[in-house]
Amino acid sequence: MAECHPVGFQWVVEAKARGAKVFHIDPRFTRTSAIADRYLPIRAGSDIVLLGALINHVLTRELDFREYVLAYTNASSIISEDFGDTEDLDGLFSGFDPETRAYDPASWSYEGSGEEASGGGEHLEGGRHHSAAAGGDQYGSGGAPASSRPPSDPTLRHPRCVYQILRRHFARYTPELVEELCGIRPEDFAELADAITANSGRERTTAWAYAVGWTQHTVGAQYIRAASILQLLLGNIGRPGGGILALRGHASIQGSTDIPTLFNLLPGYLPMPHAHRHGGLDDYLANVGADTGFWGRKRAYTVSLLKAWWGEAATAENDFCFGHLPRVTGDHGHFTTVMAQIDGTVKGYFVVGENPAVGSSGGRAQRLGLANLDWLVVRDLTLVETATFWKDGPDLATGEMRTEDIATEVFFMPAASHVEKEGTFTNTQRLLQWRHKAVEPPGDCRSDLSFYYHLGKRIRQRITDDEIDRPLRELTWDYPEEGEHAEPSADAVLREINGTGPDGRALSAYTELEPDGSTRCGCWIYCGVYADEVNQAARRKPRGEQDRVAPEWGWAWPANRRILYNRASADPEGRPWSERKAYVWWDAERGEWTGHDVPDFERDKPPGYRPPEGALAEAALAGTDPFIMQPDGKGWLFAPSGLADGPLPAHYEPHESPVRNPLYGQQANPGRQTYQRPESPYNPPGSSRFPYVLTTYRLTEHHTAGGMSRPLAYLAELQPELFCEVSPALAAELGLVNGGWATIVTSRTAIEARVLVTGRVRPLRLQGGTVHQIGLPYHWGWGSGGLVTGDTVNDLMPLVLDPNVYIQESKAMTCDLRPGRRPTGRALLDLIEEYRRG
Amino acid sequence: MRRGEEAMVPQAEFRSYYGQPVIKSPIWHEPHMPVYLYLGGTSGAASMLAAMATLTGRDRLALTARLVAAGGAAGGAAFLVAELGRPERFLNMLRVFKPTSPMSVGSWVLAVHSGLTALAAGSALVTPRRPPSGPPPSRLAAALPARLAAVLSGTRPAPSPSRTAGAAGAAGVAGVAALRARLVAALPSRAVTLLPATGDAAGLVAVLTGPLMATYTAVLVADTAVPAWHEAHRELPFLFAGSALAGAGAASMLATPLRDAGPARAAAVLGATVETVAGAVMERRLGMLGEPYRQGVSGRLMRAARVLTVAGALLAPVAGRGRTLTALSGLALTGGALCTRFGVLRAGKASAADPKYTVVPQRERLEAARQEAARGENGENAEI
Amino acid sequence: MAERMGFFTDTSICIGCKACEVACKEWNHVPDDGFVFRATSYDNTGSLGADTWRHVAFIEQPGRARDGRGPGGPDGSDGAASNGGFEDIEGWLMSSDVCKHCTHAACLDVCPTGALFRTEFETVVVQADVCNGCGYCVPACPYGVIDRREGDGRAFKCTMCYDRQLGGLEPACAKVCPTDSIQFGPLDELRARAAERLEHLHAGGRSEARLYGADPGDGVGGDGAFFLLMDEPEVYGLPPDPVVTTRDLPAMWGWAAGAALSMAGAVAISFLGRSRSFPGRSR
Ligand SMILES: Nc1nc2c(c(=O)[nH]1)N[C@H]1C(S)=C(S)[C@@H](COP(=O)(O)OP(=O)(O)OC[C@H]3O[C@@H](n4cnc5c(=O)[nH]c(N)nc54)[C@H](O)[C@@H]3O)O[C@H]1N2
Ligand SMILES: Nc1nc2c(c(=O)[nH]1)N[C@H]1C(S)=C(S)[C@@H](COP(=O)(O)OP(=O)(O)OC[C@H]3O[C@@H](n4cnc5c(=O)[nH]c(N)nc54)[C@H](O)[C@@H]3O)O[C@H]1N2
Ligand code: SF4
Ligand code: SF4
Ligand code: SF4
Ligand code: SF4
Ligand code: SF4
Ligand SMILES: [Mo]
Repeated sequence: MAECHPVGFQWVVEAKARGAKVFHIDPRFTRTSAIADRYLPIRAGSDIVLLGALINHVLTRELDFREYVLAYTNASSIISEDFGDTEDLDGLFSGFDPETRAYDPASWSYEGSGEEASGGGEHLEGGRHHSAAAGGDQYGSGGAPASSRPPSDPTLRHPRCVYQILRRHFARYTPELVEELCGIRPEDFAELADAITANSGRERTTAWAYAVGWTQHTVGAQYIRAASILQLLLGNIGRPGGGILALRGHASIQGSTDIPTLFNLLPGYLPMPHAHRHGGLDDYLANVGADTGFWGRKRAYTVSLLKAWWGEAATAENDFCFGHLPRVTGDHGHFTTVMAQIDGTVKGYFVVGENPAVGSSGGRAQRLGLANLDWLVVRDLTLVETATFWKDGPDLATGEMRTEDIATEVFFMPAASHVEKEGTFTNTQRLLQWRHKAVEPPGDCRSDLSFYYHLGKRIRQRITDDEIDRPLRELTWDYPEEGEHAEPSADAVLREINGTGPDGRALSAYTELEPDGSTRCGCWIYCGVYADEVNQAARRKPRGEQDRVAPEWGWAWPANRRILYNRASADPEGRPWSERKAYVWWDAERGEWTGHDVPDFERDKPPGYRPPEGALAEAALAGTDPFIMQPDGKGWLFAPSGLADGPLPAHYEPHESPVRNPLYGQQANPGRQTYQRPESPYNPPGSSRFPYVLTTYRLTEHHTAGGMSRPLAYLAELQPELFCEVSPALAAELGLVNGGWATIVTSRTAIEARVLVTGRVRPLRLQGGTVHQIGLPYHWGWGSGGLVTGDTVNDLMPLVLDPNVYIQESKAMTCDLRPGRRPTGRALLDLIEEYRRG
Repeated sequence: MRRGEEAMVPQAEFRSYYGQPVIKSPIWHEPHMPVYLYLGGTSGAASMLAAMATLTGRDRLALTARLVAAGGAAGGAAFLVAELGRPERFLNMLRVFKPTSPMSVGSWVLAVHSGLTALAAGSALVTPRRPPSGPPPSRLAAALPARLAAVLSGTRPAPSPSRTAGAAGAAGVAGVAALRARLVAALPSRAVTLLPATGDAAGLVAVLTGPLMATYTAVLVADTAVPAWHEAHRELPFLFAGSALAGAGAASMLATPLRDAGPARAAAVLGATVETVAGAVMERRLGMLGEPYRQGVSGRLMRAARVLTVAGALLAPVAGRGRTLTALSGLALTGGALCTRFGVLRAGKASAADPKYTVVPQRERLEAARQEAARGENGENAEI
Repeated sequence: MAERMGFFTDTSICIGCKACEVACKEWNHVPDDGFVFRATSYDNTGSLGADTWRHVAFIEQPGRARDGRGPGGPDGSDGAASNGGFEDIEGWLMSSDVCKHCTHAACLDVCPTGALFRTEFETVVVQADVCNGCGYCVPACPYGVIDRREGDGRAFKCTMCYDRQLGGLEPACAKVCPTDSIQFGPLDELRARAAERLEHLHAGGRSEARLYGADPGDGVGGDGAFFLLMDEPEVYGLPPDPVVTTRDLPAMWGWAAGAALSMAGAVAISFLGRSRSFPGRSR
């Protein structure tokens, strides 16, 4: 965190000064470890074992926050008898189809709710890719449907209640296993386990922070699930000082999932309609998640969105132009799209604020795709490698590509940077902060907003009155323009996103949204950011002038709530769990929820409220159900559905691993997404040619693919060359010299890097043998106007993804390491060929 | 290494940041800096020789010495300016006078000194020289009571023209005569009559600036954090003074007829002796910090300096016997003086480049202080 | 004269982000220091100099087999475990070095042009329009801070953001430091705060914590920019017992005078009894 979120890390330092104990769990001793109280080295790709063992520790010793667990989680819910656990099926859950390598989650559902939950189940032409088309996102932020009142056993003794299933499932995750697979000593594990349990309960809370060290795995989503289970058991969700903090990436990467640049989502986590699965609006709504909980208002959210986009043209008669929406037919994710480029079925490509030729796994495959396009549009601050690969890419040197053979027409559009335009950043904690323009963009640089707006205008000028152009024709595309370059007003866009009521005035909360088309809202979770016609995101009341929750600094979605599900900060009766941890509570006199934060609950719903039969939406949730987006209002220890690879996390080895999975016969995540392609082969399983564990990461001094840091002297000088971090032991073994050169090899290619011998990377004793880990920061490339250049680490990465969110497994794979520089030209290909033959 | 363990830092066992120097090495370049040290010093000593020669009526020696002094000062100043990062701002040196800055003091001294020596040399060039024999006509000598003058000049019956005033000397004299003739013609008659007096005066005042010129540079280098320089601040002035005298003596004997060069040779010998002794004492007293003066390039330069200086000094007494011997002795001494300056610069840089020379002595100092304090606490006599 | 301002750099909470180095260069238009991979942990700028006025040092402390616990933390326990015999790391020290703005500043004392001067904030600053590049300040600094910029010819170092202070702003490096490892303020306040912090760390068992440059009684009369270090100063490239070189200046002049007089004497002597000792003419 100190490395990649240094500014956010100041609060960790502050907490530490106030007595918080900080653990850092990482394969490498980093700048974070340097000032943590405890550093636990772990083998890359093994965290589920650690988290599972912590869960097991809590369950077997009954250290869970029982009152919280009983009232707020689905621990007591009873699961269908069809459910089969990895315990029974040697590493598989029930419902796996070996042929499509996909799960049918039907058997994971609550007892009695039967087929209702089989969202991902139908098999459409295209096989798994179709059901995967929306992965976990097919239910949007509401998660999967499930009955709001499943049968339950408050004594937690029922063999099929979630609590008992958990006990059985995690029984194998022992401290001994942690030592064997993670390389963490039992005494260190014990210290961690004691610390987090002692620091949880009524009086105290524990927080977990993670970023891509946990997500860039074929089991990435399940890592986070494991942490959620642990935190729910300890009662650390929805309470101050608790939570699982996702430290996000790019500035406003959170914003770009709220108002997504993802193929399978609409704004506010509404699923993208599916060409085959969804017919009209009603059919769509019937298929995109539960009708209970706040997600039950999905019609209001969807209709308001359609009204925002198609305005007057959207009427009840025409399904509010639902038919105008584009639809997915399957997985249109980044890597699948690249494969389609190589296969020649995708001919045009917009690359906006991204540098896949360097930043994405399988760099070579990425470039092969780019080279096979008709046209490519790159919008960036600098001429990144993605825009120049055709004239200076590494594949020219090896003779794999020849400039004269590349027909791709590249359009480079200079972009205005964040200081040259206004708009919002949505940060890690869902906080929208408005940015004012500091300077005019130079030359032809324009904001992305301006680019898309004017592109839209030009397209609309060219369209016919043909039916096919109707969606474009009827689109609301009328923002005030400012300045000599006719910059569309970002403020107006934000107001449109906020939404307006029948009177045309800005709405103040998503609860005001109506399903009848009388309201418009560009993104329901952002409704309220423009409340009272004021840009709430632009508020900057200093810390000193308000309480510690600081509600008047920026604006947090939803409804300016700073902690989600904060009803859980009070006990079932609505009293704070403790004075120390008081946050929001029920004020009986005033008959409303109150406290330091905006209650994430209906203000006037008393703790005693019990839903009538057949109630819908939030009315279906009791006054003791804090997780208001969930159909049953409960925190899910067990996910009846919504995940592509199982209702519970299970440890699987990374796709490429030098270690066998001692837990199950199933070595790696059965649902993981692979691409069996010649462009990017995998290291042969268990191959002795690739004995080392490789992990990749960032340095504080650079930014991701380097387009923003390598051209800047003040940053480039701080980390001028690509290097690999190796332990003194491995260096001695291979004869590597500190400051010298080394070549890192996978089946994809070989790259060279400087050697940094350091005790911060340590070999681990696993399963009797020694496992060496090698660390590589991935910021270098050959161009981007870089003052410093270096080989592209992603050229080494395999194309293998998590099945829920399609994130690349770039945190744990295998490789070989040799002293000296890599061969160049043809010789490089020969070397790889030799390795591929095993 | 553990805390507590470094209770007594074992020699040369020390910790550092990747072996990098703690202080910055002097950025002064070769040959500029050492050559300036040589020229400045030589000029300083020469100005004193000149004054004495004038006082004792040795106008021929005075002439050479004055020329050496003036030339040394002028040449030195040139090298000094060339050494600056911003030569055009040389005059900023005279912007302020800072007693805390040896370089400021030195700049003023150099300014005054070069003026004086130039004047003295100029006058010497235009003043008619007395015949090689007869009573001292030098206005100054003449002004002195005859007895004292006699003592000073140690004259007995005036020497007859001798063979030993060889061709070189004669040529020199002829050349000087011609030059003088031209100068005199060029100058307004008034000046011609005034110059000698002012020249002599200037030459005498230079007796004050001369010694400073020869020694301030020692303070200049010692007044830095460079271990091999700072810790040597006692001996360096003697090293430089001696070397300056040797250099001046050598230069003067080289350009003076053998017969008149006696005092120059004597000065050279004395200078060489002081230089050699000071150097030896310095290296011994510095202990570990003396290493740079013994080892590496700087060590070799210092050794060369010593050999040349000693050789030159041994030759000097007999140098009066012939031009060749004079040349050998003079050149050896000059070479020695130059090597000393180059050696000192190199030694300074070497001691700055190795953290050992900064860290170890400071550690020892701290340790000594600690034990001192401890002893103090034990009620024993603290001031030892 | 305004109150004396200074820096307290608490290296125990430095995360080595180098924001201070970058902010300094941004604000002061300091040129880059070259692009050299030094293989000295994460430090690639090496040391303070004309082109680096804030420098973050990185020291990897090899661990020793201890009581089988992770790297030390302010809670007192220390020492890395022997990792199955593998070389371990005990800690990773980071420290942002800067000009000390000495109470008795050698650089300022020896500057012949007066380019270096003491500001109303009692900081030490070079006037670039006066400096003539004599280079004297460079070897004079006991901390090896100031240096002459090749090509430019003048000497440069931290100004403690004199211009920003005049404008009522805190120095750029302190402003950006995310963890407040760099604290800027009136020196007295900082010294008090530092003493407290040291208390706290010692109470927590971090006996290796010590203040550096905080003592007005030290060889330079105390630093305007002082530090809290977690190991011996020399480990960070700092002199253990710096002394302002001009402290010995009177003595030096004394010895010089002695030498000058002896020289004068020697000259006088050389003009005595020449006929006896040095036959100018052979008979
Ligand atoms: N300075 C800087 N800041 C950045 C960025 C940048 O490029 N530079 N990028 C931004 C972006 S886009 C993102 S996504 C975030 C990413 O922020 P981080 O996730 O912090 O970034 P990484 O360095 O990729 O990975 C973090 C750590 O995960 C460790 N790790 C690898 N494998 C495993 C594992 O299996 N288990 C565990 N426990 N740890 C593992 C690595 O050793 C590394 O230290 O940073 C953001 N902030
Ligand atoms: N091996 C390995 N690979 C990884 C990772 C890893 O940990 N290991 N991390 C992954 C992660 S988390 C991420 S996020 C990716 C990042 O990978 P990429 O997103 O491909 O790389 P970036 O360099 O972040 O590209 C962002 C580009 O946007 C440009 N830009 C900045 N501001 C603007 C703007 O306002 N408008 C426009 N149009 N452009 C702008 C920048 O100049 C920069 O070139 O890398 C992924 N790849
Ligand atoms: S770059 Fe921006 S987002 Fe990242 S740590 Fe710094 S301030 Fe925070
Ligand atoms: S640290 Fe060096 S440069 Fe800074 S004030 Fe002190 S002597 Fe001068
Ligand atoms: S280099 Fe400049 S600042 Fe340094 S001493 Fe010389 S004149 Fe003063
Ligand atoms: S005070 Fe100013 S000049 Fe000095 S290091 Fe900090 S930013 Fe640079
Ligand atoms: S900015 Fe602060 S934390 Fe970052 S390196 Fe500098 S001193 Fe350390
Ligand atoms: Mo990211």
